[in-house]
Amino acid sequence: MAKVLMKGNEAIAEAAIRSGCRHYFGYPITPQTEIAAYMAKRMPKIGGTFLQAESEISAINMVYGVSSAGCRVMTSSSSPGVSLKQEGISYLAGCDLPALIVNVQRGGPGLGGIQPSQSDYFQATKGGGHGDYRLIVLAPASVQEMADLTAKAFDLADKYRMPAMLLADGTIGQMMEPVELPEDMRTTVYEKPWAVTGTENKREHNIVNSLYLVPEQLEKKNIERYEKYKTVEKNEVMYEEYMTDDADVCVVAFGIAARVSKNAITAARAKGIKAGLIRPITLWPFPKDVIARTAEHVKGFVSVELSMGQMIEDIRLAEGCKKPVTLCSRVGGMIPSPEEVLKAIEDMEGGAF
Amino acid sequence: MAVVFSKPKALTDAPLHYCPGCTHGIIHRLVAEAIDDLGILGRTVGVAPVGCAVMAYDYFSCDMVEAAHGRAPAVATGLKRAMPDRIIFTYQGDGDLASIGMAETVHAATRNENITVIFVNNAIYGMTGGQMAPTSLPGQVTQTSPYGRDVKTVGYPIKVCELLSALDAPYYIERVAVNNVKHVMAAKKAIKRAFENQVEGRGFSLIEVVSSCPTNWGMTPQKALDWVESDMIPYYPLGVYRDKSKEAE
Repeated sequence: MAKVLMKGNEAIAEAAIRSGCRHYFGYPITPQTEIAAYMAKRMPKIGGTFLQAESEISAINMVYGVSSAGCRVMTSSSSPGVSLKQEGISYLAGCDLPALIVNVQRGGPGLGGIQPSQSDYFQATKGGGHGDYRLIVLAPASVQEMADLTAKAFDLADKYRMPAMLLADGTIGQMMEPVELPEDMRTTVYEKPWAVTGTENKREHNIVNSLYLVPEQLEKKNIERYEKYKTVEKNEVMYEEYMTDDADVCVVAFGIAARVSKNAITAARAKGIKAGLIRPITLWPFPKDVIARTAEHVKGFVSVELSMGQMIEDIRLAEGCKKPVTLCSRVGGMIPSPEEVLKAIEDMEGGAF
Repeated sequence: MAVVFSKPKALTDAPLHYCPGCTHGIIHRLVAEAIDDLGILGRTVGVAPVGCAVMAYDYFSCDMVEAAHGRAPAVATGLKRAMPDRIIFTYQGDGDLASIGMAETVHAATRNENITVIFVNNAIYGMTGGQMAPTSLPGQVTQTSPYGRDVKTVGYPIKVCELLSALDAPYYIERVAVNNVKHVMAAKKAIKRAFENQVEGRGFSLIEVVSSCPTNWGMTPQKALDWVESDMIPYYPLGVYRDKSKEAE
């Protein structure tokens, strides 16, 4: 298969189409505009829907409508816009509807900036909207993964009937890399007997709903949903391990931060420091077990993030506070340099933290 | 024995939860009769609002989706785009459609989205216990306008049909009432027309139904119907506000 040079954002869009998504709704926001532009060009040519909604709120509710009809559907935005979508995401979760939400993160809070960030980690992995629910959260670290994890997200969303989020950042969104795209990126076709496609006067009516006024029923629904989440946690954890076997210092980083960290690890190894990397690919479910295992033999962990320290809380929970965990981060659209990460590795190695 | 009266097929057997004297029951029936008359039950999908009609998904026997507050037109847009051959309707109250969902309403209308919107205007938030609505009349006493709606501080009611008819796109907009037999018959015709328009692929149809809320207006059902005639209809004149089939002639 020939490789093509693509922007990360475009790779998401093309992979979505090749995953059978024929409906896209969005609202303009930097730095993810290429996704909408790509969809605006392609969807009319293949009998799909591209619709620029009047707001992020409307876009996610259009997604809710299409998903109710049983079709693959997506929206994309960047941080402030994803905040606006939270109401709709909670409803998707509450109705057990699959959908893909892409967040090409930028700095915050508020209007923040337009440069890359990872500061929506809490929002993506801990809830974001109201109520008890989870999203499957995938974190691509290359343009190839922007494509592959888009296909994976659609598959997992359908498989478990829950919304999935691709949590990218402005760097991966804007960067160009060679990427390989299979013609058909669908894996399994899922039956959706729950969809509201019209009864055809042949069955009882289907209802897509998240309202349960009887507390016993709502409690039961929540417990059932958490049983499903347990299965996801058991079966769907994805991560990459890089030089962790003999590591004394373990860096944990995702997305662009993981790529910077790999350079720092190479530099550390050249200096004789045994450093390694765990790169979570699923941020939820979080790769707890590998971090717990690694805690047995490392001196400590360095969490490299483009936030004031959000994932670091999950690392501490996973390693059970057995080993020190330090934070190496830049925020506001800044990215830590390999030298900054190397310094954090050296400090951990030398016990200077 | 000859059957002279029966329940429309588009309604389920679930007992309605509405208050005594509430006109939602009449409007549900009119929507169901229109669906039956057009023979579209098996390919219709309804969108229920947040508000008094929140449980409409239990009452209509077609497939149903419960939308977040005000978002029904966006949800309906998604449904229609995914299934252009299905008949999609929303059933919304005044707070849902004209306050929190105003953006969704206006933009679905200006896209001439091929959907049918049933808009029930009873000038109050019923489900939450009688707060001021975007359509509460000047001077109207509600829980959140205890001294009467003061237009100087909270502004004037929104006339949805008039507002939407300022747009170029919408195909059909009519305001009806259900406070007497004559008005109910006219409402039935309008609602059926709004579904027919969609079946024919003509575009966005909205029927505003001026309704009553005896419970939260603090009136007997009869007094409430009288108040619709004496106070609501003068402020919200009945009639056709947009009919593109006429413009085409």
